[in-house]
Amino acid sequence: MDNNNKLKKIIGPVILVLILAFMISLPLFAQNYTIILLRTILMYVALTLSWVLFSGFTGYTSLATAVFYGTGLYTAGVLNGVLPLPLLMLCSGLISAVLALIIGTITLRLRGIYFAIFTLSSVELIKHVLNWYEINVLGVRGHYVTRVDYGTVYYILLAIVVLILITTYLIKRSRYGLALSGIKSCEEAAVHTGVNATALKVLLFALSAFFIGMTGTVMATGMLYVDSIIAFNLNYSFFPTLMAIFGGMSSMFGPIIGATVFAYLQEYLITRSPDAYMFIFGLVMIITILYLPDGLVGLYVRIRELLLQKAIPQIRRKISGGKHANTAS
Amino acid sequence: MQILQVEGLSKNFGGLAAVSGVDLQVESGEILGLIGPNGAGKTTLFNLISGTIAPNSGKVIFNNEVISGLKPHAICKKGLVRTFQSCKTFPGMSVYQNVLLGALFGSPGKISREQADVETREILEFTELAELSDVPAESLTLEKQKKVEVARALATKPKLLMLDEMMAGLNPTEVAESMELVRKIRDKGITVIMIEHVMKAIMNICERIIVLDHGKKIAEGTPEEISKNKTVIEIYLGE
Amino acid sequence: MVLLINIILNGLLLGGIYAVTAVGLSLQYGVARILNIAHGEYIMVGAFLTWLVHTKFGVNPLLCLAVAGPAMFILGYLVQTFLFRKLKEKTPTPAEFEGSSMLMAFGILFVIQSIAIFLWGTNIEGYSYLAYSIYLGDIRLSVNRLVILIAALAICLLFYLLLTRTRTGKAIRAASQDPDAAALMGININRMLALCFALGAMMAGFAGMLISLVYQLQTNMGMQYTIIAIIVVVLGGLGSIPGSLIGGFLLGILGAIVNSIEPGLHMAAYYLLFMILLLVKPSGIFGR
Repeated sequence: MDNNNKLKKIIGPVILVLILAFMISLPLFAQNYTIILLRTILMYVALTLSWVLFSGFTGYTSLATAVFYGTGLYTAGVLNGVLPLPLLMLCSGLISAVLALIIGTITLRLRGIYFAIFTLSSVELIKHVLNWYEINVLGVRGHYVTRVDYGTVYYILLAIVVLILITTYLIKRSRYGLALSGIKSCEEAAVHTGVNATALKVLLFALSAFFIGMTGTVMATGMLYVDSIIAFNLNYSFFPTLMAIFGGMSSMFGPIIGATVFAYLQEYLITRSPDAYMFIFGLVMIITILYLPDGLVGLYVRIRELLLQKAIPQIRRKISGGKHANTAS
Repeated sequence: MQILQVEGLSKNFGGLAAVSGVDLQVESGEILGLIGPNGAGKTTLFNLISGTIAPNSGKVIFNNEVISGLKPHAICKKGLVRTFQSCKTFPGMSVYQNVLLGALFGSPGKISREQADVETREILEFTELAELSDVPAESLTLEKQKKVEVARALATKPKLLMLDEMMAGLNPTEVAESMELVRKIRDKGITVIMIEHVMKAIMNICERIIVLDHGKKIAEGTPEEISKNKTVIEIYLGE
Repeated sequence: MVLLINIILNGLLLGGIYAVTAVGLSLQYGVARILNIAHGEYIMVGAFLTWLVHTKFGVNPLLCLAVAGPAMFILGYLVQTFLFRKLKEKTPTPAEFEGSSMLMAFGILFVIQSIAIFLWGTNIEGYSYLAYSIYLGDIRLSVNRLVILIAALAICLLFYLLLTRTRTGKAIRAASQDPDAAALMGININRMLALCFALGAMMAGFAGMLISLVYQLQTNMGMQYTIIAIIVVVLGGLGSIPGSLIGGFLLGILGAIVNSIEPGLHMAAYYLLFMILLLVKPSGIFGR
């Protein structure tokens, strides 16, 4: 039993390291098309993991991903040629984080769906104002972005993903991980147990925005041109949310798998039939919410439990609490 | 020494006075009972003192320090902690994690993980929950869940513990056990204020009782005095 | 002075559309506790159906109510029965249902929109109907907007009578105020929820018809009407039809003012107003 546990504990990291080594060596032998495809996949993995970093931990559904991603894209356009790429990324990451601090400070006292629709509106507000500003004040729409080769972008995105994974892992292990599960399961009790929930939520929101903003800037180098309408596209809020829900958030693999499946599907369908992608996207969202509340990871866990049904009576016996308490009201 | 002073505390909800001009003093080391009919404002008073909601007027002084206006987590760190009427453990977390959270975040000052672990285990022993430490909190009975909540509160090393209807819904044996636990907590030097409808418990373990009705304090005294108080009897009989 | 009167008149004309846009959403959230983010998609489909029937068969657009309304009614009924009801049975707490039903509504939004794009493409469509103005002194009134205002008021009035005077309407309102008591009194809650969701969708269909009379149509126009509907509900109060009228007119006048100053910013102004409202009444903008 003990050995089994040990094996379980190392198997995850070992798989991750193997995948990472494979991903690092990939550009050496893969075709250009594969790298471009993986670039999109990594982008969605980064967005989805960043989304989970905040929304998965706290239970607040954020639809502000497009604000931060758009900020990253747009900053790359505005500051194109002014700063070298690493500084530019840092800069847009910080701008996104500051935006998140502002949005977070004023909205995180809002309850569930109100927070979601507020963040959704913030995307549209910024888009409309910037669009108006471009047309009426600047007189010029959009900005050009200098291209960076796919290989470099690929490695930068890979680094961002690894960075997010490490951050998530460290937070999960730390005392703040425990506080965040407290906030997610009962915020009022957490607050009365000494957890400064507001500060924790706002900082985490900013951290997640930081990663999203950096990702946006890197991706802008492959787009050549950005304007407000392209940058602040609500789909950048919806896609990571669904990808995370579809994959399941109880394990870090869930969002990665969810993002990979959909990013691949998008790349495959977007040239052939973009409506079909949206249709499948919506349909999967509905089916997942109805039948897979814990996503693919939950499905996997359920199947494994069915296979290991012998072990279940033992667990039952361990829970000696007896009757379930009535926790309603 | 007085550990808590409440001066002229008032709270309105949409023109309706839930608590109006309540004064009260709590001596360090006592068990104070807070009773009153439903809707008398007892839980609102707890909410005001613990910082869940802000008062319209009046102030709360804890340990010679004004705490009204502070956020709940800051009040908790100062050593004033409360439990909830509708039990609020953290579902999805084990009993151990529930209590550990209190030790890590509720204690005044920084605490190491090892230290928190030691304290958590001590408190689980103290509250007789040690055997259940790996069980998810939501799968426990109501009585055990309430105990987990108390244990979590104790882990924050409080000077003053406010218990909101800890004994509601428990059977007589469980009530007796809970009374014992409250006494044990007081013997550790922790002051206790408890809202309770179980009169037997209140009369037995409280040194002093305060009666609220319609948001106002209407009586105060020893259990004996309260049980003879005419206004109190009228309120309870006239209900 | 003339400018001011023009603004107010335009606001009132706009307000009629906004009110019809909002009553359906108000009913759905008030009774079923579903924040139907896909509401604007029903409006879009209603508008396109009207456009289709009018341009293909030459039917008077106002009469297209008879197509757009029932079609959306059926769609709403099916969506509630097969999706939201199932979800509700699986979700343990009302708060969780609020969250997951909103996400599901996003899914429905994508499905409806992609089907609409498949059928009607992404081009801007439209037709003109009664597109001329009459003058009262210096004040210009466009006839189609006047027709819309009258139609909107009539639709709201009929809807109001339906909810307050008929047995079904009373049952719906009872179900919204106290589902448990209503169930005890023999009201079939699930049927009521489906009915109220269907009625809400039907009102969206009507709103789509009205919108198609004056505005250009595009398959991606839904979201902005959803947001408008939410703002109106917030302004006017949940589940109240007179409230939606008042809220609609308030927002219409605001829109007219912004339009007369800086037309490019009127949607931005709506979003800003919406966010401010959320912050000012954080405890529940839909509180009764």
